[in-house]
Amino acid sequence: MQLCSFPAIDFCRQPGLGAPVWHGSAAHGAQLREFAEAARKVGARITAIWGADRRRQGAGFRLHCVFGIEGGHAWVTLDLPAESPRYPDLADLYTTANRMQRATRDMVGIQAEGGDARPWLRHGGWPEDYFPLRHDAVEPAGFANHPTDYAFVKVGGEGAHEIPVGPIHAGIIEPGHFRFSVVGERVLRLEQRLGYQHKGVEKLFVGADLARGAQLVGRVSGDSSCAFAWAYADAVEAACEAAAPPRALALRALMLERERIANHLGDLGALGNDAAFAFGLTQFLRLKEDWVRLNAALFGHRFLFDRIVPGGVACDIDAAGLAAIVEQCVAIEAAVGGLRKLYDEHAGLQDRFVTTGTIDAALADELSLSGMAARATGMLLDGRAHRQGYTPPAPYTALGVRPATDERGDVAARVAVRFDEIFESLRLLRLLAAGMPGGEVGIELPPRPGGAGLGVVEGWRGEVVVGVELDDAGCLARVHPHDPSWQAWPALEHAVLKDIVPDFPLINKSFNLSYSGVDL
Amino acid sequence: MIPLLRHIFRTGILTEGPLPDGDGPQREVERLHDELLAILGRALTIREVDAGSCNACELEVHAMNNPYYNLEGRGIKFVASPRHADMLLVSGPVTKNMENALLRAYECTPDPKLVVAIGDCGCDAGVFGKSYASCGGVSDVVPVDVRVPGCPPTPLAMMQGILAAVRKAK
Repeated sequence: MQLCSFPAIDFCRQPGLGAPVWHGSAAHGAQLREFAEAARKVGARITAIWGADRRRQGAGFRLHCVFGIEGGHAWVTLDLPAESPRYPDLADLYTTANRMQRATRDMVGIQAEGGDARPWLRHGGWPEDYFPLRHDAVEPAGFANHPTDYAFVKVGGEGAHEIPVGPIHAGIIEPGHFRFSVVGERVLRLEQRLGYQHKGVEKLFVGADLARGAQLVGRVSGDSSCAFAWAYADAVEAACEAAAPPRALALRALMLERERIANHLGDLGALGNDAAFAFGLTQFLRLKEDWVRLNAALFGHRFLFDRIVPGGVACDIDAAGLAAIVEQCVAIEAAVGGLRKLYDEHAGLQDRFVTTGTIDAALADELSLSGMAARATGMLLDGRAHRQGYTPPAPYTALGVRPATDERGDVAARVAVRFDEIFESLRLLRLLAAGMPGGEVGIELPPRPGGAGLGVVEGWRGEVVVGVELDDAGCLARVHPHDPSWQAWPALEHAVLKDIVPDFPLINKSFNLSYSGVDL
Repeated sequence: MIPLLRHIFRTGILTEGPLPDGDGPQREVERLHDELLAILGRALTIREVDAGSCNACELEVHAMNNPYYNLEGRGIKFVASPRHADMLLVSGPVTKNMENALLRAYECTPDPKLVVAIGDCGCDAGVFGKSYASCGGVSDVVPVDVRVPGCPPTPLAMMQGILAAVRKAK
């Protein structure tokens, strides 16, 4: 969609070197709704929704909506009056807006008109009229914890029954509740209830300095620490109208690709294991351990926490380090190539993978899905790669990333995309190591009170987005980290529909979504 | 089948045993294994509970089962139910929304039971602290025997924590 084809909102391109973002304000709710409708007609995605309390600045509340469009992202804000903060429901246009709107209501107390009224993040741990992100939300000493029931959609009919699972699951995994409605072994419906990981991260950002913000954002979802830290750094740099030096950008990409490979290695092993192929788990976990040990040796942390900071990176690498990376790429490429052959030729494994947990491109489009799961339905959508009307941010502009796709949309497709992405990221790592620019690894950020910025980074799951607003002192007024799992959790609800309950762990693992990243 | 077996044969045994010289992490893993067996003399079953972590602690718990550390190979096994467990391995901070689930898991674990809190957040809520949504560290909700700090703690540190808890119980 061309933003100039919607002249009612005046969009301007945000500064900085991050992914392309255009910022505009809707004059009123109806205008936001018109924009959302026009964007949906041309295939836009809803990327994130959050709210902010601006009553201290003499205003009311502000709603932020980010749409994924052809050329990048459109960030539309809407100011709402303090006395009745309501805005038009977008969930009929963008299905996955539902949970984001409910979380916005739970956190800030601004409400979509109509739609699903069930709480999302509030499980009864604090009162209904307590909105954590309002400036006047004073916390009394300890709220009583009264867990509430949740109105799951009931499935009727002869023989239909429910299987409740969680919040504590059987494996070593984050907590969440899954309610299966089944007949026999066949799944009729899956409804998720999340929010168990909600630890109040967004409130901790309020008033924090930039360094503390970086520390927090890197712990929103531990497996995507680099992606979140980079998106946050992009947002802060856009807000301060500053640019990180080329060496810092190359090192960020190096770490992001290492994070992508680490997660794909672990998940490919676990996918084998969930299909009773323990050999796969052992082999891939061994490769992953080698991989994260080199992270620790070169950068001082196995998962690269706290290495990407606003202004640049907090580490550097020498020629010997780059050589070690290249050497490891060669070894891992050979090992993964051999394992792929074994996976591809193992009949029992393929029998479990193929046609299990299928979603198609039409559903991916309806759910605004991004990332690996979307590419496994054949969508050519990767924030690191050139596409019609879109130029990726530095350093990917010059790397010529080849996005991996597979049109089958099943577990086998997600496995294939993960394999392909490992090989592509190994190629990128070698390119980055060979062309590592010299110079500084960071700059001092010029203070810019009142600035705002949005960072978008293609993490291993998909689009990781961080919105930042600075206060008058140059500290953080509001930060919203957004994990692509918001869009992918509903996709999992659909993916399991034609399958049987025992296939669920395998389907779930093929997505491997973040709980902490959406519960915040 | 033949290529599979060939791959297994070529990979060999990776579990880190003692090196002919030097101390290093390999020596440490081996020593831990021996001590765990000597002190415990039987299998140990662990139920891992994520009570609010960022999931990095869980990545390292998984790593304990990789062939380098091979925890399960020494009879230390992760189980699906707290009713089958000798020990709860809990990451934090404990969120308000997980407080009840953790309490119930603790109650379901048969006595005598051990609790090991992992990660800075499990120890004392770490960067997240106490708030409207966070009850604090694991010990703010259930009694804790051993704390393993780190963000996240390394697999080796967690194995040492498990050993310390077992030693304490003996």
